[in-house]
Formats: sequence, C-alpha cells, structure tokens
Amino acid sequence: MDAFIHQVLSGLATGGIYASLALALVMIYQVTRLVNFAQGEMAMFSTYIAWSLINAGMGYWPAFLLTVLFAFAVGVVIERVVIRPVENAPVLAIVVVFIALLVILNSATGWIYSYTIKTFPSPFPKEPLFGNKYMSSHELGAIGVTLVVLVLLYVFFRFTPLGLAMRAVAQNPESSRLVGIRVGWMLALGWGLAAAVGAVAGMMIAPIVYLDPNMMGGILLYAFAAALLGGIDSPGGAVIGGFAVGVLENVLGAYVIGNDLKLSVALGLIIGVLLVRPSGLFGKVNVSRV
Amino acid sequence: MKSKLVPIAALFAAALASPAIPAQKKYDPGASDTEIRIGNTNPYSGPASAYGTIGKTITAYFKMVDDQGGINGRKINFISYDDAYSPPKTVEMVRKLVEQDNVLFVFQTLGTPSNTAIHKYMNMKKVPQLHVATGASKWNDPKNFPWTMGWQPNYQTEARIYAKNILQTKPDVKIGVLYQNDDYGKDYLKGLKDGLGDKAAKAIVAEVSYEVSDPTVDSQIVQLQASGANVFFNVGTPKFAAQAIRKAYDIGWKPVQYLNNVSSSIGAVLTPAGLEKSVGIITTAYLKDYSDAQWANDPAVKRWESFMKKYYPAGDLNDISNMYGYTVARTLEQVLKQCGDNLTRENVMKQAASMKGQYIDTLLPGITITTSDNDYAPIESVQMQRFNGKRWERFGEVMGN
Repeated sequence: MDAFIHQVLSGLATGGIYASLALALVMIYQVTRLVNFAQGEMAMFSTYIAWSLINAGMGYWPAFLLTVLFAFAVGVVIERVVIRPVENAPVLAIVVVFIALLVILNSATGWIYSYTIKTFPSPFPKEPLFGNKYMSSHELGAIGVTLVVLVLLYVFFRFTPLGLAMRAVAQNPESSRLVGIRVGWMLALGWGLAAAVGAVAGMMIAPIVYLDPNMMGGILLYAFAAALLGGIDSPGGAVIGGFAVGVLENVLGAYVIGNDLKLSVALGLIIGVLLVRPSGLFGKVNVSRV
Repeated sequence: MKSKLVPIAALFAAALASPAIPAQKKYDPGASDTEIRIGNTNPYSGPASAYGTIGKTITAYFKMVDDQGGINGRKINFISYDDAYSPPKTVEMVRKLVEQDNVLFVFQTLGTPSNTAIHKYMNMKKVPQLHVATGASKWNDPKNFPWTMGWQPNYQTEARIYAKNILQTKPDVKIGVLYQNDDYGKDYLKGLKDGLGDKAAKAIVAEVSYEVSDPTVDSQIVQLQASGANVFFNVGTPKFAAQAIRKAYDIGWKPVQYLNNVSSSIGAVLTPAGLEKSVGIITTAYLKDYSDAQWANDPAVKRWESFMKKYYPAGDLNDISNMYGYTVARTLEQVLKQCGDNLTRENVMKQAASMKGQYIDTLLPGITITTSDNDYAPIESVQMQRFNGKRWERFGEVMGN
C-alpha cells in the first residue's frame, strides 16, 4: 500500500512537469490554433539562458525574471521573422517549420553548451516539506508555480481587454481585423506569452530531470497527451490532464502493463482522445458555420 | 600490329625498372608516401549526439599528430562523417568512405546498431573496421569476422565482474536491476545473470527497465525499493543513472549500489546526482577520469589537458568521452607506427592483432592492451573502485574475464 501511494504521488510530481509544458502548448493554441512542436525546445533553450545568468553570478529570482522577459522577446521575434512569412501556407508547411525550429534549437544548444547534463538550482528548500519522503520540496513548489501560472492565464484571458482581443483573433481573424484589432501583433504577443510560460516550465522542470539539450524530447509527447486529454483550448484542462497522465503512467507502468509500455500509454491516450472526444475532457466543442 | 606492341614493350620496360622502389613499401588504397586516409562515422547530430565529442577529440588528436610531423612521416587524413546514430545513414557514409574516398580502413565507427549495419559489408570488402566504439561482445569474433575489432571492455564482462564481487561479499543477496530497454541494457543484464550462474533466479528480485524517452526513472526506483532489494545494479546512461542515484537517496532506500562504467564519471554523473548521495557506490573503470582529484597531478592527464586546451578548447574536460577518444586514438597511432611502411589492409589488421601488453598512460595503472590472431578484444580487464564522497578509491586486483 505504501508503495502504491508512493507511485501515485511520484506520478503527481511528474504530472506537474507535463502540466507546466502543456500550459505553454495550450497558450499558443489559444491564439494561433496551431500546435507548436518546438515549444519544448524553446523552453529548454530559455532554461540554458537562465543557467548562464545564474552561473555568471546573478541571483535566482532576477535571473528567473530576466529569462521570462528574454523568452517573451524571442517568442515575438520568432513569430515575426520565421512564422509570419508562412502564415498563409498550408498547415503541413507550418508543421515543417516547427520541426525545423525544434532541430535547430536542439543542435544549436548542444553546440553552444555541450551535451553533458547540468544541474539547475531550485528556489525551494532542500529538505522535503513536513519531513515527507514521497515528494521533494521542489516537486511540490513546481506544482504550486504551475497553478499560479494557470490562475494568471485564466485572469488574463477572462478579465483583460488584451486577453479578450487575443481570443477573438484566434476564433475569427477577419472579424477581429474589422473591429480594429491588430491581428498580426496579437499573434506575435501570443507567441511571446507561450514562450514565457514555456520558460517558467523549463526552469521548474530542469532541477528534476537535469538540464540537457534533449530534456524535453519525451516530456513534449506526454505534454501533448495531457493537453489533448484536458482539452487543447482549456488551460485548466491541460493541468488536470497533466496530473492524470502522470499518475496513470506510473500506476499502469508499475502494476499493469510494465515499464516498457509506459510511452504507449501516452500515445494511446492521444489516439483515444482524438477518436472518441477530440475536444478533450474540458475543451469546448467548436462548431463553425460553412 | 607493330604500333600496339610498342606501348606494351614500354610497359615491360617500366615493370623491369620498378625494383628501384624499396621492396618493403607496400600500399593499399588510402595509403601513400605522404598520407594515410582513415574513415569514421560519429553521431554529430541526433539523439546520441552527446557521443559526437569522441569524433571531435580524435579529429583534434590527429591534427596534433600532423603538426608534429605525422606517423612515420605520413600525415593522417581523418575523414569523419555524421551518421546521426542512424544505421542506414552509417551504411551510406561508410560506403562513401570505402568506395569514393578510398580510405585505408574505418576506425571508431560509433554505436552498436550502426556497427552491426556495416559488419558484413566491411568483412566482404576486406576493409578493416577497427576499434569500434561500442561495448557489445560480438566484435571479438576473428573466425567469422576477421576484419572487425572492438576496443573497450565489453558490457557482459563488466557485469560478470560485478556478479563475482556480489557473490563474494553478500551471501543473502537480493538484487534489483534498473536497465535501459535496448541491446546495451540487456547485455549488462545477461552478463549479470551469467556471472551469478544458477543463483541468478533467486538473487535477482526485480528487473525494471526504462525508455530513453522517459522524463525520469523515479517510478522505477520506487518499484525497486518496494521489491526489498538490498543490492542495486544501475545500468543507466549518465542522465538516468544520476536521477536514479538521487531518487534512491531521497526516498531513503539504502542498498549496496553497483553503477555501470558508462556512467562512472564524477563530473557528468555523480556531481549532478549529489556527491554526498553517491558515497559507497561501486563501479569499474579502465580510464583515468579528469574530474577525479587523484589524477590532478598525473603527468599523462596533464598532457591530455594541455592537448585539449590547445586542439579542442570547446571540449568539456569533465566529459570522460574526451579521455576515451584520446586514448583510442593513441592506440591507433601505436598500430600505425608498428605498420611501418607496409600499409596494406592486411598488415593493419595484423599489427592491431599483435599488441602485447601495450600500456597507454591514460589507462589506469595495470590495465594493458593485448591482442592476438584469436583475441580481438584489446582491453579486457577493469579495476573495481568505490566512491568515497570525493574521489574513486580503487580496490582489489585488476580483474579480467
């Protein structure tokens, strides 16, 4: 029984990892209706920037803030320079651009920082909270940060004019343009915000899995599964999806199907959700008039 | 008729005149008075690109050799292509090396799947596939594959040495194994089982695998703890090995830990895992680790350090792959020195297979390279060592197969 509880809690901890990256995926989808395959690598690259700043002697929180701002700027620049020219291209062309971004960021980071794993500091205490042996303080703290980001996103989209404008752009670009919203800049802003959310995720994930250029490879797949399960246009759903995938993966892996098939759980979930309920558990069903 | 005979006669005349060239100089494609052409593939991109640093070190090493005048007066032309750790690409690149670049032989092609893909081709073409960069045991098969030779100690031998040590030190043993779910991980598992012999079924209480796509191995470590194992055999690549060491410590699981040599680097594994969490871990080694303080003033390691700083400044000094690349390049340098002016493919294999207790000073003391016509496994012994919180402490004898 103790082992079972432990598996569940350890699943929640990894689920927190998936949830944080899933949030970034949902963020970009909210604005552009596209799934960005390079989201993980962008987060990884930002985390290396934070690592460089901290190693250069900067404190954790200043480095954290600066990295989030930097990631935001990089997101905007990528949208303006790389995505803009293919904006009206077929989806397949855009997917190829995303994959190219993924490979370029991965190789460039390896080239700059080498492939040896690096430790990334945690802002949370070293000793586990309340003396528990199931979850480290960082794992709990990271879940807390993910929830805070979730609330911020919710408030932003629900209660600010800018958030409303961005939602409008995603749903109907033509009409938005007609009412005076600058669609191009909204898209760039969406990219910036998604990159910033990704950077926070990267800095929360790196202390757990170690910092290396390939750290996001597997995580991105699980985050996809999480985002789809919860509903790709629902931030809250993505977070719940993340925890669900983490726990499901651990419990099934340890007791039912064995560790070899853990990744298949995620892939099975992706296919299953797309087949049965494409909008996910908490997503809105989109109906469009043709 | 007459006009055709003249050139033939001229040819004969030239052939008769040729004994002026010293008889001992013999060349196959890729070798000449001025150059030795060597081919290589490495994963400079793709999932295993962390190992690409080996190819870069070797390239840098031969640059240094050339700057110092080459080997027996010949420059080394080391042609290294990226195969992205993808076997079909390895085949393509190696065929290019052999058929278009006309290399004398290929050296240090990296990866078990990649080398498997070119294994038959090299032996059919009778082009040496020398000192391949993989720890599988199948490269030592001179009867069936006389043109292929490994270099490093193989995984199964290493695992058998751990088994021997476990049986000697812990009578009521319960072993939990964490392994990567591929040939590399399974080779270690097989070696462990072979070494335990008929005790294996009872001694191994849990075998759990992980995939390289898993974000962490936390769930696996929780499973191993729940199995009640009192010995932990950690067969992970650096990132996963470090995660496992950290997680075991954090959840209060305190088995005797055996760590595969692949992840024995202090700088790349134990430091990220936490030095205080790594105390007591047992592994084997055959190379001197730069990040280990006991070699801080070792002249051989100092020479390696100055080589790295001059010829490969971008290389990470704490990455033992760079020590590996340097040591294997020096092994080849020795083989080519022995070849003298007889640079045929046959002679390269013959010289590679006649190393008699050759010591290369970046190997641990007591570990030497020995090969023969029916022994194509250059390094067969390793030294056990235990981590004391700061550095590896070697113990026991240098152990072989």
